[in-house]
Amino acid sequence: MSAVAASIIAACARALAGPSVRWVNCRPSSRQRVYFANHTSHLDFVVLWSVLPRRVREKTRPVAAKDYWSSGLRKRIAVNAFHAVLVERGNKTAEPDRLAVARNTLDMLLDAMGQEHSLIVFPEGTRGNGLQVGPFKSGIYYLWSKRPDVQFVPVYLSNLNRILPKGEFLPVPVISRVTFGAPLRLDANETKDSFLTKAHDAVCALRDA
Amino acid sequence: MSFKLDHQMFLVVNVVIGGLVLASMVGFILSRRVKSEDGRGAIDNLNARIRAWWIMIGIFSISFVIGPAGSMLLFAFVSLLALREYVSLISSARADHRTLFWSFFVFTPLQYWLWYTGWYGLAVILIPVYGFLFVPIRLVLSGETTGFLDRAARIQWGLMVCVYCISYAPALLTLNIPGYQKQNAKLLLFLVIVVQLSDVFQYIWGKLLGKRKIAPTISPNKTWEGFVGGVATAVALGTALWWMTPFSPLGALAMSVAIALMGFAGGLTMSAIKRDRGVKDFGATIEGHGGILDRMDSVCFSAPLFFHLTRWIFVSPHPSWFH
Repeated sequence: MSAVAASIIAACARALAGPSVRWVNCRPSSRQRVYFANHTSHLDFVVLWSVLPRRVREKTRPVAAKDYWSSGLRKRIAVNAFHAVLVERGNKTAEPDRLAVARNTLDMLLDAMGQEHSLIVFPEGTRGNGLQVGPFKSGIYYLWSKRPDVQFVPVYLSNLNRILPKGEFLPVPVISRVTFGAPLRLDANETKDSFLTKAHDAVCALRDA
Repeated sequence: MSFKLDHQMFLVVNVVIGGLVLASMVGFILSRRVKSEDGRGAIDNLNARIRAWWIMIGIFSISFVIGPAGSMLLFAFVSLLALREYVSLISSARADHRTLFWSFFVFTPLQYWLWYTGWYGLAVILIPVYGFLFVPIRLVLSGETTGFLDRAARIQWGLMVCVYCISYAPALLTLNIPGYQKQNAKLLLFLVIVVQLSDVFQYIWGKLLGKRKIAPTISPNKTWEGFVGGVATAVALGTALWWMTPFSPLGALAMSVAIALMGFAGGLTMSAIKRDRGVKDFGATIEGHGGILDRMDSVCFSAPLFFHLTRWIFVSPHPSWFH
């Protein structure tokens, strides 16, 4: 049932957001990947998920904030339909607990991926205004350091902030665009800063691609 | 408001389908003949357009079979898609969000619902008067003053062109013309045929003979040869269809001229907007044609005039030469 519900929601999201999809130097594939994108709207993960080919999206799980997605209908959509991984946001926890929360989150993500699932993550950690891509949180770097075998695919989502911006609950059906870029090319000795810079640049480069 | 699908209607639809079969065959032969790189691109685009025509005519025919509600729904949907393309291109500020929501989900359905119920008096002023006033009021409530007049005007313009003007096409079904009851579907078909033939033949004559540019700063592909050839062909074919309308042959000719000229003006005006925004098409919904609004631009401008001319002459006291 959940697969049907997810397909229906995805079809609605596609009708609402009318996304045009482009794969720039990248092809859809069911191998394990981490899709990381800019974040401007609650629709982001639904639309990104909905434009993946069916066999790919069956194995792709979004990562979403627990504080927003863990109650009522939202929880049913996120958890039951999309098998989302709900994580605590670092900025919502007190300083002494942060490290523990971060470790816990990382374990959850690794667990959720297993040997076959891909993830959709939003490394900014919060929704931006759609004009600039905010700085990336370090979680994605730690994910890579544990799973360097997985492809990290940058994605740029255009116009979703105009469909359902922060602070609004009614959507406006503007045409959106989803651009997938080439998987990051990384060295084994990548530092946290160099990784995050490469990842951030890769997403921004797709904005005008 | 109801209509019958009579034999005249079937005849015209069959002729249109026959024309499309012919076009498909010509497209197929050309695709076999033409070998040059440049020519291939043009022929591929031509064939994509013909394929899209099959789909558009299919959808249009289904809406006719459903009846007036089908036509209203179809055009309401077309308005929504056109408005979406317009809004996506005419970038809007964050503070416009709720005004846009009203435009899409209140004004658009309401406009078509008013036509469907036959409430002429409100349908013709809903957007020009109440929409006109509502948009700036809702915008001012958002508290953002940057580009205020500009933002208000853009939304008003989108509502007028994409919703109000397009809604005049199915509104033809509501006209109560003495001696032409239950036949209005043919009036809508007449409008769509003349306006689209004018577009198609402007394209064809322009490709075949086009030399002198008619509006080089706006639309470099439009030529005098295409304009004259397209309008003349559409007017000739429109006049030849007088028997399916309430018009005399002379009246059908005059109406076809009005439709074709307004359609041309609409295409040119929407091209100016696209040029200003630095794009070629409003969207990519219809293969080969661009977006919905690229296909509907001529209907936007010709439908209101055709509706009011018809209404003025046939529903109100009218000059006798027209029948």
